[in-house]
Amino acid sequence: MDLDYSQFLSMSHEVSLVVVLIVLLLADLLIKNKKAFQYLAIAAFALHTVAGFYSYTDLAGDAFAGMYVSGAAQSFVKNILNVGTLIVFFFSFEWNNNENKSGVGEFFFLTLSTLIGMYFMVSAGDFLFFYIGLETASIPMAALVAMNKKGTEGAEAAAKYILTASFSSGVMLFGISLIYGACGSLYFDEVQAAFTNITALHIFALVCFIAGVGFKISLVPFHFWTADTYQGAPTGITAYLSVISKGAAVFAFMSILYKAFANEPDVWQNILWWLIVITITIGNLFAIRQKNLKRFLAFSSISQAGYIMLGVYASSQTGMSSTIYYILIYMFTNLAAFGIISAIENKTGKVGMDDYNGLYSTNPKLAFAMTLAMFSLGGIPPFAGFFSKFFIFAAVASSKVYGDYVLVFLALLNTIISLYYYLLVVKAMFINKSESPIETIKIDTMSRVALLVCVVAILVIGFISSIYMNIYNISDGFAN
Amino acid sequence: MNILSAFVVVLLVMLVAVFLIPGEKKNAIRWTMAAGSMVILGLAGYLVWDFLAQREAGATDKFLFADSTVWYEGVINISYSVGVDGVSVAMIMLSAIVVITGVFASWAVEDKAKEYFLWFIMLSIGVFGFFISVDLFTMFLFYEVALIPMYLLIGVWGSGDKEYAAMKLTLMLMGGSAFLMVGIFGIYYFSAEDSGALTFNLEEIAANAAMPIEWQRRFFPLTFVGFGVLGAMFPFHTWSPDGHASAPTAVSMLHAGVLMKLGGYGCFRVAMTLMPEACKEQAWIFIVLTGISVVYGAFSACVQNDLKYINAYSSVSHCGLVLFALLMMNQTAMTGAILQMLSHGLMTALFFALIGMIYGQTHTRDIRYLGGLMQVMPFLCVCYVIAGMASLGLPGLSGFVAEMTIFVGSFAHEDLFHRVLVIGGCTSIVITAVYILRVVGKILFGPLYKIEKVGDQYNYVSEHHGEVHHYPLRDAIWYEKIATIGLIVSIAIIGLYPVWISDMISESLEAVAAMLN
Repeated sequence: MDLDYSQFLSMSHEVSLVVVLIVLLLADLLIKNKKAFQYLAIAAFALHTVAGFYSYTDLAGDAFAGMYVSGAAQSFVKNILNVGTLIVFFFSFEWNNNENKSGVGEFFFLTLSTLIGMYFMVSAGDFLFFYIGLETASIPMAALVAMNKKGTEGAEAAAKYILTASFSSGVMLFGISLIYGACGSLYFDEVQAAFTNITALHIFALVCFIAGVGFKISLVPFHFWTADTYQGAPTGITAYLSVISKGAAVFAFMSILYKAFANEPDVWQNILWWLIVITITIGNLFAIRQKNLKRFLAFSSISQAGYIMLGVYASSQTGMSSTIYYILIYMFTNLAAFGIISAIENKTGKVGMDDYNGLYSTNPKLAFAMTLAMFSLGGIPPFAGFFSKFFIFAAVASSKVYGDYVLVFLALLNTIISLYYYLLVVKAMFINKSESPIETIKIDTMSRVALLVCVVAILVIGFISSIYMNIYNISDGFAN
Repeated sequence: MNILSAFVVVLLVMLVAVFLIPGEKKNAIRWTMAAGSMVILGLAGYLVWDFLAQREAGATDKFLFADSTVWYEGVINISYSVGVDGVSVAMIMLSAIVVITGVFASWAVEDKAKEYFLWFIMLSIGVFGFFISVDLFTMFLFYEVALIPMYLLIGVWGSGDKEYAAMKLTLMLMGGSAFLMVGIFGIYYFSAEDSGALTFNLEEIAANAAMPIEWQRRFFPLTFVGFGVLGAMFPFHTWSPDGHASAPTAVSMLHAGVLMKLGGYGCFRVAMTLMPEACKEQAWIFIVLTGISVVYGAFSACVQNDLKYINAYSSVSHCGLVLFALLMMNQTAMTGAILQMLSHGLMTALFFALIGMIYGQTHTRDIRYLGGLMQVMPFLCVCYVIAGMASLGLPGLSGFVAEMTIFVGSFAHEDLFHRVLVIGGCTSIVITAVYILRVVGKILFGPLYKIEKVGDQYNYVSEHHGEVHHYPLRDAIWYEKIATIGLIVSIAIIGLYPVWISDMISESLEAVAAMLN
């Protein structure tokens, strides 16, 4: 078959990102000033992000004989990932200038390499292509996690990450080979046709596959790497891991479940039902005990992953749109929280919950933004997190099945636990007194801009109904 | 603009205004609050007047001043819909009175006054938004908006074991709303027949009446308990005493006075109206539970020593009576229930205001260490006696009107089960007299205790960890007088001339009562 070069047009996101990567590689050789390089990198990536919004629907299509699929839904999701990554770059600006001993060029190059892997995962039309994307997204990540050269925590974090990542990749690959054995193809649409008349082989293949993806999303019981890795990694990378990497994995997972396994939703819904309940509960219970805010947010993000999976579980178009919407809001919220933690860590080196005692008296604006983030994570109206939680629960409840209402109920009871520990942070900042509160700090302009964007997003997204309705209209692109 | 939305808009303007005023200019903030809540009160007064005039002129819609704007459509159908019937008008009036008196009762807040009032406004937005909404989603949104400021208001500005109380209150109420949310999903997805468009609109859901009975059986208890937690229904009332005791004065007022009414109102408006079949089946369970609230709350109040705890348990008892009467499901009893909400809202706000004013001077609320205050602060003490009389149901004050209507209506049930419970519930009147008179006798009319007179000045002498403090005592000052007199006048108006208001309420309840019977 002749290669039709026009198919690269449908890969506009990837092509444009590759251009950015090449520019950065060259620039890294030429520009020695860290600040100048960062401005260039951020500007180039911002350009790429903006361009992404203009390739919105026109260039839909397949490439590589259907291994790569792109449409409005994939494009939208990539834009979300882009915006999130851009915010992470803004928050990491200060850290890259002062603390990054491994090279600023490497930071950007590795991050964007993982991003391109995530693009592939999201746009996959075939299990192998998905797997390639997953690996591209995982291996540079280990290097990024290790970028924190202070102490041994960074190395430990990276080792834990890479070991569990390769193990889970192995399990997943085994699952994929079993799927091939059972269905005779790796294309999602052909698997869909063949994945009927369920036997033990089918189920075992599915379980291996879900276990592999569960690692990326850090679902319990595949979450053991999460807390240590989050704690050891540079805060910007932690934010990236907890939002972008997780989000991309969920999108890809959702699209595979809805495409390849669409004929037998009961099978994977049963698995997910239990995974969700365990993930939310364990994540919450462990979060209560954390004293380090990065570990705290690690466990919080485990339980959030459980909530995200509720949308996947719903197995409907509403489920898809509420999942995308949830991740969009979760991105702004969690990035705001990590942005504040990283700003304070950069200035003072403090990341303990007790260090935040009395923060409101010295840094009222930061404390206020953190409160918004915590309330939004806890699902308190009128902040965006309330809307995303409400819609994702509504998606599950729309089935009118008794078991689904039980799931919603259990998840809702868990929001009470989560509210408890989110309020602990608020309590530390507003109520607890401290002998030596964090001094008044002035955070850098880049972080400030990014934080402002996040705060505004938390405040207004829920009220702008067209966002959710648009997502709903494009989201069926994941299922066909 | 629709007058109902004006309530929320005015509050939002106040929020922005207070936000923009620098924190040091406390007087500017206070007067902004006073002016804003004056406007709210004016709007509420106009609303009542216009509502009555429209009904007089023959307006028959269930909800007047209705207005609706589509918000979300397609994937989920949400509208910002407002509208009021007699019940909500009464509640809005109550809220407006309690908010303005609450502002004057918080005049003395010095510590972080700006933040305090910002959260206070948030709380008010939630309350008003809740009462004007006829869309279940926005109603729930405002409901939660009203709950969360409580955490910081109690946690930062409260007294005593405030952190524990704030957390307990927030988690229990949010737990209630978790129950509630499941119920709301159920109501939404069963709001229309299979082909019809789903809706959150209360009126349309009630008209469709599409929920099958076996699903009503599941969602009714969730919804009722969800709101019932806020209505202090036994055994979910335990947040109430701790929360009220630790909250700052105006927050106790607003919380006991208005916020707890959200519970009763929601039980009636959502759970009972939208799932009548299940309500009829399961009412007996909740009648027993609320009956326990009524009597148990009253007994608990008898043995407390902290003034705020006494009043908080008394609130459990009185709010229990609201749900108790609602579940009797006839027009008279339900009218009584709404009157009781009004009456309890006003008198408990008065109680908490007075307790706050006394506590602000003596720095103790323990009745064992207080005595003879009538000689020292006659104005406050006379007000306290009036509040007490209203609470124990003295004719001429609002408590009598409400309780009389409730018990007369409830006794109309002829079966043994209801009659026994009503008689049991009636005993609470006697017990109320016990704990009210105990306090009045001990701390107001007893001999001076721990109070010394130096010249014309009375001082409260307190010993704390070996240190002796002398706190100067005084009677009410102007802003305290405004707060208390405003509440007393309202209580007296309802007590002396209740007909217009009970007619307004009872008319709105006719259809619901007919459906439930």
